[in-house]
Amino acid sequence: MAKVLMKGNEAIALAAIKGGVDAFYGYPITPQNEVPEYLSKHLLANGKVFLQSESEVSAINMVYGAAGAGARVMTSSSSPGIALKQEGISYIAAAELPCLIVSVMRGGPGLGGIQPSQADYYQATRGGGNGDYSLIVYAPETIQEMVDTIKESFDIADYYRNPVMVLVDGLIGQMMESVDFDKPVKERFLPEKDWATTGTANHPGRRNVANSLEIDPVALEQKNIRLQEKYKLIKKNETRYEMVNFEEEPEYVIVAYGTMARICRSAIEMLAKDGINVGMIRPISILPFPDEAFDEIPKKAKGILCAELSMGQMLDDVLISNNGRHKVGFFGRSGGMVPDPEEIVDAIKNFSERVVK
Amino acid sequence: MAETTVKYEKTKGLTDKPLSYCPGCTHGIVHKLVGEALVDLDILDKAIGVASVGCSVFSYEFFNCDAQQAPHGRACAEATGIKRVLPDNIVFTYQGDGDLASIGIAETIHAANRGENITVIFVNNAIYGMTGGQMAPTSLKGQKTTTSQDGRDTDWTGNPIKISEMLATIEGVAYIERVSVHDPKHYLKAKKAIKKAFQYQKEKKGFTLIEVVSTCPVNWGMKPVDAMKWLSKEMIPVFPLGVYKDKGDNHES
Amino acid sequence: MPKGITYFDHEKCKGCGLCVEYCPQNILYQDKKTLNESGYNIVSVSEPDKCIGCAFCAMMCPDSVIKVEVIK
Repeated sequence: MAKVLMKGNEAIALAAIKGGVDAFYGYPITPQNEVPEYLSKHLLANGKVFLQSESEVSAINMVYGAAGAGARVMTSSSSPGIALKQEGISYIAAAELPCLIVSVMRGGPGLGGIQPSQADYYQATRGGGNGDYSLIVYAPETIQEMVDTIKESFDIADYYRNPVMVLVDGLIGQMMESVDFDKPVKERFLPEKDWATTGTANHPGRRNVANSLEIDPVALEQKNIRLQEKYKLIKKNETRYEMVNFEEEPEYVIVAYGTMARICRSAIEMLAKDGINVGMIRPISILPFPDEAFDEIPKKAKGILCAELSMGQMLDDVLISNNGRHKVGFFGRSGGMVPDPEEIVDAIKNFSERVVK
Repeated sequence: MAETTVKYEKTKGLTDKPLSYCPGCTHGIVHKLVGEALVDLDILDKAIGVASVGCSVFSYEFFNCDAQQAPHGRACAEATGIKRVLPDNIVFTYQGDGDLASIGIAETIHAANRGENITVIFVNNAIYGMTGGQMAPTSLKGQKTTTSQDGRDTDWTGNPIKISEMLATIEGVAYIERVSVHDPKHYLKAKKAIKKAFQYQKEKKGFTLIEVVSTCPVNWGMKPVDAMKWLSKEMIPVFPLGVYKDKGDNHES
Repeated sequence: MPKGITYFDHEKCKGCGLCVEYCPQNILYQDKKTLNESGYNIVSVSEPDKCIGCAFCAMMCPDSVIKVEVIK
């Protein structure tokens, strides 16, 4: 298939089909509605499962059930809807089941608005669910990168038996770009899902149970230690980021992801024309966060600007990763307001006014 | 020695693990009926049980088949997720009244409305057992619980909710019966009902639910035998036994 | 001559007394002198010859402690 021009949300849906999704369970919410709409037509037509649930709470638990039964399963939602799914996400992570959760962020808090935002960085990386669990969260910048990530995310989820979230904002969901759906996905050895609850007829002599309850504190601690070891392995193998404009030592370094990274690319070009060399660390995985990228920031750099479509959430990870080495400043817009590159240019030029720590 | 035949022994539908329930709790009797039905219909190795939250949270350790453990109230959603990807397996939930009739009522109603081809075993003992005897939506008028210490005030907290009656109005429901296990006669009726529900699922008839009026001797503050008598005298008038919906062989209600 | 024989898995008995209550022959009793490992009074048969093999005791046992055989 050659490149096609496609809207972001529809591309999410087609990418999931290309990634081999067996079942989708979800509930309508703006700005991601084209995802279930597209899947409702194309999954059912191909003998797969599409089911609109009565709530986000129900949808994520349907995902839990189908994931436990061994299916490739996904849901998609947006900010308040993801909030409702947090309970189920914690259970799925605890039961170590694979699934894909697509989150198309809008402005918050509360019902907030429906315009693009990155105010759910905490929600995605810290989670609202209980306990010491961790997702794998990718935050792509273009529709092409999003499509490639979604296709691969099913394999990654299966490989680690862990939920994967793909986090984009409403701008990526709503805009159109040309995209190639047939780029090959990294080959991984995926063992049979011999743990799936498919009935003992399929695995005689062994009962399979999908469960997150462990009443014995010794055993529960051991389980948490084992989970942390898995998360460490994920950090080692699946951390992704891009270093932009680091060929010559940058004077300043911007840290931005998703839509904000696109805006910052333009700002970096504008700043270069003004003789200011600015680099960018673009986390592609925001969980695990690419803290090793910060080791590549030149000692002489004058500062790091964290730029987000929020009031400062990734900023925490930037401060931790920087570990006091450089001055850190912040630029953020919120509520669905998307800045012009000029605003980033201005923030770099007046960096001292932006310094947080 | 005279020749003998086994009249009754522990069903192979349950594991060897000792049940975690209190002495005389009817959960154990209902567990047996589920296990017996799965064995009798030869569907144990196709069955996937969904455990809920509450006293029966450990039921995944007792049913001798595959199982999943659901968040509080979400068993019907989880069962839906399983059944839709494994339509030829037998999927059932095992839920108490706090789980099903309170926090999980939306999931239950919508699973019924979709006609999900699953079987719900609903154990109604009019109280939250696991958490220490709090008022349930099914608690009787005047019933003393740890959160209704002067007796349930129905003007303030509503009346006992009647799940079987409510769900019977729903088109997608194939079969609903309310049974009890408070004596051998009712045990045998309950056995028949649970078996029929699974039989309907096997025949892909739609949503089936068996409500079992049950006891909670410890939190009711009664001896097991007295709890059975209280169930018979006080609960059954509020939760009358019987078939509330049966699509029958011709898919007609 | 009894019509039935009952076998009790005493260690799994929780001493709830339901079997005693529902025995139509009134031949079961809780042995107040004998405790199992879990500390429950176990159930015994006082007059085995009177057992009719109805299995009501087994049906009503929540813990599947009782096995009943009938004599042909």
